Amino acid sequence: MTTVVSAAEEFVPPSAPDFWQPLIGDGAFAVTRAMVVMVLVTIGLAVVMMLATRRLAVVPGRGQFRLEGVYGLVRNSIGRDIIGTAHFRPYVPLLFTLFTLILVNNLMGIIPPVQFPTMSRIGFPLALALGVYVVYLVAGVRRRGLGGFLKNLVPSGLPFWVVPVVFVLELVTFLVTRPVTLTLRLFGNMFAGHILLLLFALGGEYLLLHGEGLLKLVSIPAFLMFFLFSAFEILISFLQAYVFILLASVYIAEVYADDH
Amino acid sequence: MGAIDNAAGVLAAEIGEGGFWEDAYPVIPHPGELIVGIISFAILYLLYKRYVVPRLEAMLAERQRAIEGGIERAEAMQAEAKAALEQYRAQLAEARNEAAQIRDQARAEGQQILEELRVQAQEESARIVARGEEQIAASRQQVVNELRGQVGALAVELAGRVVGESLADDARRQGTVDRFLDDLDGMVGTGHGAVAAEGTR
Repeated sequence: MTTVVSAAEEFVPPSAPDFWQPLIGDGAFAVTRAMVVMVLVTIGLAVVMMLATRRLAVVPGRGQFRLEGVYGLVRNSIGRDIIGTAHFRPYVPLLFTLFTLILVNNLMGIIPPVQFPTMSRIGFPLALALGVYVVYLVAGVRRRGLGGFLKNLVPSGLPFWVVPVVFVLELVTFLVTRPVTLTLRLFGNMFAGHILLLLFALGGEYLLLHGEGLLKLVSIPAFLMFFLFSAFEILISFLQAYVFILLASVYIAEVYADDH
Repeated sequence: MGAIDNAAGVLAAEIGEGGFWEDAYPVIPHPGELIVGIISFAILYLLYKRYVVPRLEAMLAERQRAIEGGIERAEAMQAEAKAALEQYRAQLAEARNEAAQIRDQARAEGQQILEELRVQAQEESARIVARGEEQIAASRQQVVNELRGQVGALAVELAGRVVGESLADDARRQGTVDRFLDDLDGMVGTGHGAVAAEGTR
């Protein structure tokens, strides 16, 4: 109890260690809070999706209509429109998995009682980015062969002395930049968003409990900001899920683009 | 909740159990979380690939078929309706044509009948006129013949009375009368008025 009091007396702003929440064990293989959320979300999605698609009607009911709305967004607006009508079908399961998994995990950042964004732990966005990475590399090599794939990295018609430079740049883009940016974008957004929420919640709480006189009133705008940013997080959650599969589609689409 | 998190963090730091992972940069992936992430992702992906997406695709394909079938049916019906309309129009035009033809024919026939009737009537009237003239001529002849006998008798009687005695010679008498009558006839040939005048004289 003494530690709580000492922590309360002096305001400690939220920081990275707040996201390290081991529940069972410790160290590299500890069971963390994010893991539990991830597993629960996966099971929940699996159950809901299996039940929702068990009896699909040509004329949809209300639930099916919503499911079709999400599926249509992923399948048509992103998969078909970006990858192209000829090749998008094999990638629909990947895109749909990514979209639903990211979206629900992100929303968990603001849905009580979970209120922990899984993707603020970089391991999870990295796992998803690795999935996309493997898929677009394998698809590229399978379509053109390893030689053709490497050759295709460099656009034709360049002066010969530029070719090695561009080749290295493109190789780094393919092998490093893309998966890393894909990971960092999702991680960074969810991490920063949650830090911001924590800041308003903890700051408001501190002002309310330990502020002197009128300073207690300042907690009101702090809590208001908390609610505002919670609403904002819903938008971010959707947007990040959308952007993730959008970029994944763009990377996959490049495999089928005939020219650079 | 946040306060408890914070407190837990502080507690862990004091006990010193947080170790590397608590103070690690947040961009360093935690192996356990990475593995759980990959496994969760893989399981969900397989489930989607095997069941969820094929079911949705099957439903969409079925819907597509249903819509296309509906459109095809509608198109077929429209074509049929159009064909029927064309047929009716053609029939109507034909019927109109036929009616016009019949009307023209009837008019022509009517004209012909009228013409024939007129000719017939003219012939009839001519015939009637001719017969009338014949009859008139016949009755006139009859009258003349009758008159001839009577006038002769009357004239002889008159002459006998005037003379006072009958003339003995029939033949002479007959000759005189005939001559007189022939004269009379000649006068009649110039005009009926003359006959009337002779009669009254």
